[in-house]
Amino acid sequence: MVDQTGRIGMPRGNLPPLELHVPEPRFRPGDPVDYSWLDIPGAGELPRFDEACEARETMPATLGMVRVLDGKHRAVGPWDPRLDPETLRRILRTMALTRAFDDRMYRGQRQGKTSFYMKCTGEEAVSVAHAYALAGDDMVFPSYRQQGILIARDYPLVEMVNQIYSNRADRLKGRQLPIMYSARDYGFFTISGNLATQFPQAVGWAMASAIKGDTRIATSFVGEGSSAEGDFHAAMTFAAVYNAPVILNVVNNQWAISSFSGFAGAERSTFAARAVGYGIAGLRVDGNDALAVYAATQWAANRARANKGPTLIEHFTYRAEGHSTSDDPSAYRSAHEREEWPLGDPVMRLARHLIALGEWDDERHAAMDREVAEEVKAAAKAAEKNGVLGHGFHHPFHTMFEDVFEDLPWNLREQAEQAIREREAKWPDARSPGTGEEGEGA
Amino acid sequence: MNMIEAINDALHVMMGHDPDVVVFGEDVGYFGGVFRATAGLQAKFGKMRVFDTPINECGIIGAAVGMAAYGLRPVPEIQFADYIYPGLDQLISEAARLRYRSAGEFTAPITVRSPFGGGIFGGQTHSQSPEALFTHVSGLKTVIPSTPHDAKGLLIAAIEDNDPVIFFEPKRIYNGPFDGYYDHPSKTWKNYPGGQVPEGYYSIPLGKARTVREGSAMTVLVYGTMVHVAEAVLAEKGVDAEILDLRTLWPLDIEAVEKSVQKTGKCLVIHEATRTSGFGAELVSLVQERCFYHLEVPIERVTGFDTPYPHSLEWAYFPGPVRIGDAVDRLMKE
Ligand SMILES: Cc1ncc(C[n+]2csc(CCOP(=O)(O)OP(=O)(O)O)c2C)c(N)n1
Repeated sequence: MVDQTGRIGMPRGNLPPLELHVPEPRFRPGDPVDYSWLDIPGAGELPRFDEACEARETMPATLGMVRVLDGKHRAVGPWDPRLDPETLRRILRTMALTRAFDDRMYRGQRQGKTSFYMKCTGEEAVSVAHAYALAGDDMVFPSYRQQGILIARDYPLVEMVNQIYSNRADRLKGRQLPIMYSARDYGFFTISGNLATQFPQAVGWAMASAIKGDTRIATSFVGEGSSAEGDFHAAMTFAAVYNAPVILNVVNNQWAISSFSGFAGAERSTFAARAVGYGIAGLRVDGNDALAVYAATQWAANRARANKGPTLIEHFTYRAEGHSTSDDPSAYRSAHEREEWPLGDPVMRLARHLIALGEWDDERHAAMDREVAEEVKAAAKAAEKNGVLGHGFHHPFHTMFEDVFEDLPWNLREQAEQAIREREAKWPDARSPGTGEEGEGA
Repeated sequence: MNMIEAINDALHVMMGHDPDVVVFGEDVGYFGGVFRATAGLQAKFGKMRVFDTPINECGIIGAAVGMAAYGLRPVPEIQFADYIYPGLDQLISEAARLRYRSAGEFTAPITVRSPFGGGIFGGQTHSQSPEALFTHVSGLKTVIPSTPHDAKGLLIAAIEDNDPVIFFEPKRIYNGPFDGYYDHPSKTWKNYPGGQVPEGYYSIPLGKARTVREGSAMTVLVYGTMVHVAEAVLAEKGVDAEILDLRTLWPLDIEAVEKSVQKTGKCLVIHEATRTSGFGAELVSLVQERCFYHLEVPIERVTGFDTPYPHSLEWAYFPGPVRIGDAVDRLMKE
């Protein structure tokens, strides 16, 4: 319509002022926790879709949840991957080893052996069961909480510790923040500190695999917080457009440092449901149920290998520990959240399942825990011989200038010489034995 | 052959040469690119190796990083250099650092091609020269050809290079014959030795400047479109200048720069990009640090203005004969 000034448009009249909604988590420190608002479907409820189905047919799975282990520790329903007890025990042991590794490295950080560490406590099933459901040479583009994948693929623990301690045996020459591994020969892409960048890269890798007529697929992980980055949407668009053989995983552990999942849009929809708008298959899975994670991954991997395209999997889980060694979660969330998390502890759930099957018992579990702790201890001790952060045994200075380019250009050559000169002025005794600088050439 | 044909030719040669070379970007497939740089490639090499992409520069460069990690040699096109910004994080934090952060386990032999620069009435979002941004990033190589001959040889070398390369194509001189002048056609490509483009495979090493013209009165450091403008202005003024076309901004051919400035004792730096913190600032610093005692007069710098690229006043922005001429006069007065 036309108003008195002659301009076009609807009159606004007397309206209340507009408002923004700023999300607020349900519980803050000290609050009692009540999870009854969480709608968690029962185990076995969700039908298993044909792996070749249309992406949109998976809609119920993006709002429901793939769950296999029920309250009585039985594996139930159509998603039960029917793994043999030996495989189940191996998955259990890998999860326990991952947890033991985290505990040891966390203490290592507290003892000043490194600057930083990040645990994946409570999320072990997400990475470990995922790895078991892939082929060993499928390529993973991880975020920083998937150490379980390296461990599942038998990457030497001592190499992981060398990296964490940034010592002279660190394959990455002490350049990366601790836990930012790279292991090409284990199908593990170098981890970036810039969140979500690995997502479109995984799609690119998967596209390359298809271009070359390979049969390997790619998978990638982001946190639910990081799913708000543009890279997430770039990856989803590319994956959908080219029907790329890729599995895109969102680990919804409820928290991104101190911001709860509402700041990534969780109040409006599930993360899995984002798949549907892109024409990608989506599954929401109980991330604390190793069998469910295995089943969902296997479903998505089969689908990708059959050229039926990408799958987005939301792993619904809880970050039981702090974000990192630099974080204190008691400052922003209720301690009861962890205690009362309705999906339980992934390690104990799988153990109880095995016990219910008559394939495991408490003594064996205790023995396993001792064994994995010993294994980690031995690896940490072996790595310590190569040095810990800030105690001298690091890579020679000139390595700082390597790998910027394939060849050293003139400016880096000059700057490397400068660094060596500076070192000689700062530490005149640097070449004496025991400082870690032995035999370093200019 | 004009520059766009030379680039197209280089892509044909390299795709035929190496089955791991893949070309993609907005409109590059069936249509062959808005500037036609990729024309005919899809018909010849198929949709698996030459394809259109979503309008998503983060996705284009991010996917290129993943493809490179697989073992391909991606040659993505960013339709205009002005649109590289949404892909910058993938370029700066990922492609450029992959080798370093993985200690050589993963590399990113990607060549990002992109038309850049003004002079075609592209307005502020189709005319920018963001090269300085990239020379500031450790791990990236920045290449800018100024002739069809160089465009082909340098592009082939860039694709073969195992490091990520930003290949900026001066779009003003894409479609030669280049007028050889700032605002009026006068000379044609055939007046330039670079106008002849050999058939088949040849490469020009990255990191080596080209002496456009030998001379003793002053050294002119220049690249891209401005090479031709500088050449025309200096010829017109009858100044016996030595003109160095840098070709690769980084790694810079510092030897050629030093040798020439030490010979002539005077230095003029010209680029089209905005002045403040432009690549010219780096060149002036390097010359000052390395050739100070050979310098007879202060170094002169001629650039675009520190404004966004204006549409209607494009020719006032462009560093043309008056701006260059004044600088030359100042240098020659001493
Ligand atoms: C691009 C970018 N922005 C911010 C950060 C800082 N940062 C590191 S981790 C993190 C939280 C990520 O949360 P989420 O994605 O949910 O993963 P989670 O830590 O819960 O596993 C932030 C903001 C970063 N590393 N990169």
